[in-house]
Amino acid sequence: MTAEQNPVPSPTPSPTSAASPSAAATAAAGSGEPELLTGSGAIIRTLELLGVTDVFGLPGGAVIPLYDELMTQDAIRHILVRHEQGAGHAAEGYASASNRVGVAIATSGPGATNLVTAIADAYMDSVPILCITGQVFSTLMGTDAFQEADIVGITMPITKHSFLVKRPEDVPGAIASAYLIASTGRPGPVLVDITKDAQQKTAPFIWPPKIDLPGYRPITKAHGKQVQAAAQLLADAKKPVLYVGGGVIRARASAELLAFAELTGTPVVTTLMARGAFPDSHDLHLGMPGMHGTVPAVLALQEADLIIALGARFDDRVTGKVSEFAPNATIVHVDVDPAEISKIRTADVPIVGDAKDVLADLAVSFSAVLKTTTPDFTEWWTYLDGLRKEYPLGYSEPADGLLAPQYVIKRIGELTGPEGIYAAGVGQHQMWAAQYIKYERPNSWLNSGGAGTMGYSVPAAMGAKVAEPDRVVWSIDGDGCFQMTNQELATCTINNIPIKVAIINNSSLGMVRQWQTLFYDGRHSFTDLNTGHGSAMVPDFVKLAEAYGALGIRVTSADQVDDAIKLALATNDRPVVIDFVVSRDAMVWPMVPQGVSNSYVQYAKDHAPTWGEE
Amino acid sequence: MSSHVLSLLVEDKPGLLTRVAGLFARRGFNIESLAVGHTEIPGLSRITILVDVEDLPLEQVTKQLNKLINVIKIVELDPAQSVQREHLLVKVRADNTTRSQVLEAVTLFRARVVDVATDSVVIEVTGDSGKTQALLRVLEPYGIKEIAQSGLLAIGRGSKSITERVFKS
Repeated sequence: MTAEQNPVPSPTPSPTSAASPSAAATAAAGSGEPELLTGSGAIIRTLELLGVTDVFGLPGGAVIPLYDELMTQDAIRHILVRHEQGAGHAAEGYASASNRVGVAIATSGPGATNLVTAIADAYMDSVPILCITGQVFSTLMGTDAFQEADIVGITMPITKHSFLVKRPEDVPGAIASAYLIASTGRPGPVLVDITKDAQQKTAPFIWPPKIDLPGYRPITKAHGKQVQAAAQLLADAKKPVLYVGGGVIRARASAELLAFAELTGTPVVTTLMARGAFPDSHDLHLGMPGMHGTVPAVLALQEADLIIALGARFDDRVTGKVSEFAPNATIVHVDVDPAEISKIRTADVPIVGDAKDVLADLAVSFSAVLKTTTPDFTEWWTYLDGLRKEYPLGYSEPADGLLAPQYVIKRIGELTGPEGIYAAGVGQHQMWAAQYIKYERPNSWLNSGGAGTMGYSVPAAMGAKVAEPDRVVWSIDGDGCFQMTNQELATCTINNIPIKVAIINNSSLGMVRQWQTLFYDGRHSFTDLNTGHGSAMVPDFVKLAEAYGALGIRVTSADQVDDAIKLALATNDRPVVIDFVVSRDAMVWPMVPQGVSNSYVQYAKDHAPTWGEE
Repeated sequence: MSSHVLSLLVEDKPGLLTRVAGLFARRGFNIESLAVGHTEIPGLSRITILVDVEDLPLEQVTKQLNKLINVIKIVELDPAQSVQREHLLVKVRADNTTRSQVLEAVTLFRARVVDVATDSVVIEVTGDSGKTQALLRVLEPYGIKEIAQSGLLAIGRGSKSITERVFKS
């Protein structure tokens, strides 16, 4: 299945009209008199009519009515997770791999609060997920009832929107609205909290429900004048860069991006969230910018005279010290969210619109501009090609003779290929996976970019595999991250979700350790996890894998790497966990130290590139 | 820093005020005053917020407010193009020796006495914040015992209304 195929009936872009009637809806509404359903039944019927086929969740007191109804239907596959955080990240992985809305279900109180980290994560990375939580009886709300938590209040700052439903007749409208909000405009998490009595009572099920959202009007089509101005600026520029962010992937705009980049010959950089939005093998691609970006990508942004930001938000990990970021650049900022434009860096040409439409419009405008202007980026390309040649991505073999983590990750990518899905945790292994796996298509790289959530990888990989069962799904995880959410291996084994986990085991919280080495005089305070070489190896990841019914493999030297990966690729009857015991001294390079200008990018320790000054 | 008056047309939904107030708090802005009430359209409320902020952050907070699903419309009301009023109730010490002076101040400010006791009066005044603050300064020497003050209310001058611009389409 490819990302372009979308079995979900797309909700109408106009939020004031009713939800689009689908074939399924017509079938359901065919019998004249509206059917009486419990609120729980209405939840399931609504999800079904919206095209939801998979949900991740864990029952509890306040959602028992919902689970009772789930048992008696087969339109929706429910996957029982081992921790609600896993359900949340699985929904994220599902959405990020397929562009479909991911759904997570949890009970009230602690069930709901366990979703909070995943919701925050989805909010930061604009992932369309729908979280359905049970709430105590409406008559008990506000009394500190057993397992009561104000989850709508708790998640207010980290959801795109939320609903509290206390009556069964409000269920279809709330869920359909939530689905629409989650998946349109700038996508994001939406929470629907439903009281137990609303789940138990019955009401006529009316479909399609009236969706009444007068305050929700996402803008998709940009102003023609602004687009023309941007095209003219590009044609006149000497040093332009396309600064591509995750929004391009969410907007499914990769094809339009490729066409526009090739038409214009503009250098492209893809942020951590945008890896795969533009093929890594393409000659126009300079790689990832930012704190651990390639030297050509970092310096291209820094020295540009024109930056066209596409679905990117000038994150501090990309800009470095903002006041010194790209001092000579004119900024064209394209984003579907008006609040992102000029939030960090003032845009000279603001363009509010959907990246897919805007890129297509930009291409038309640029072609028109070519009749009067002849762009010339030759000198710029000569300079950038020089940087590419002089500062390619690379690593040195660890001095301790142990396995190089970069090599392991590189080989996983090479042996699996570009159709694979790679879900990383957070830290050094995440950066190496962003750098050393070559991404050729969108929705192949999943990670926790904005929130930096350790523990994202295993459940996200699980969700991705459910969404895209025909693709190979790797969880590239750290020994620290893996210990936060590895219980979902049980979910994978029991539900036949054969993901492959590569633990890049450096026996430490590696990124923090790297900072301690570089900026805290090597004072390694509480970053030793004792999981790797020369340690107590607690837990033993191979034994742990076996305990979960997964195939466990340990790799300690370079000559074992390929065989282990090939065995993992050949094993599809159960999950695989490979414990790659790597050197703990390997560091992520290049690096722009925090809080300084990107001009201070270091190619390797104490080795800054020489680069052209104006 | 400068004061800005924002008028928000919002859906009257539970938790709406928390969403709005929480947004200000998260982005580090102080709400100086706030007034909420119904509008001429059932189901819609209007929030008037007085906020002290520079222009650029104000643009950001306005954009963020616009992202709240239940917020329908935001306008900034220019003092010259709008009527702005706050309502103040103040309890002042006033016995036989001072009452006549207090009442004189009330007359001068076109305020009203709404409650009288042997040693105090409650005064009601409506006006812009300059007027209410001036009255308080005049009353202060007599001894202010208690103040209750509303948030600022504001409405644009002329025939156009905030709701018709939203719903004419």
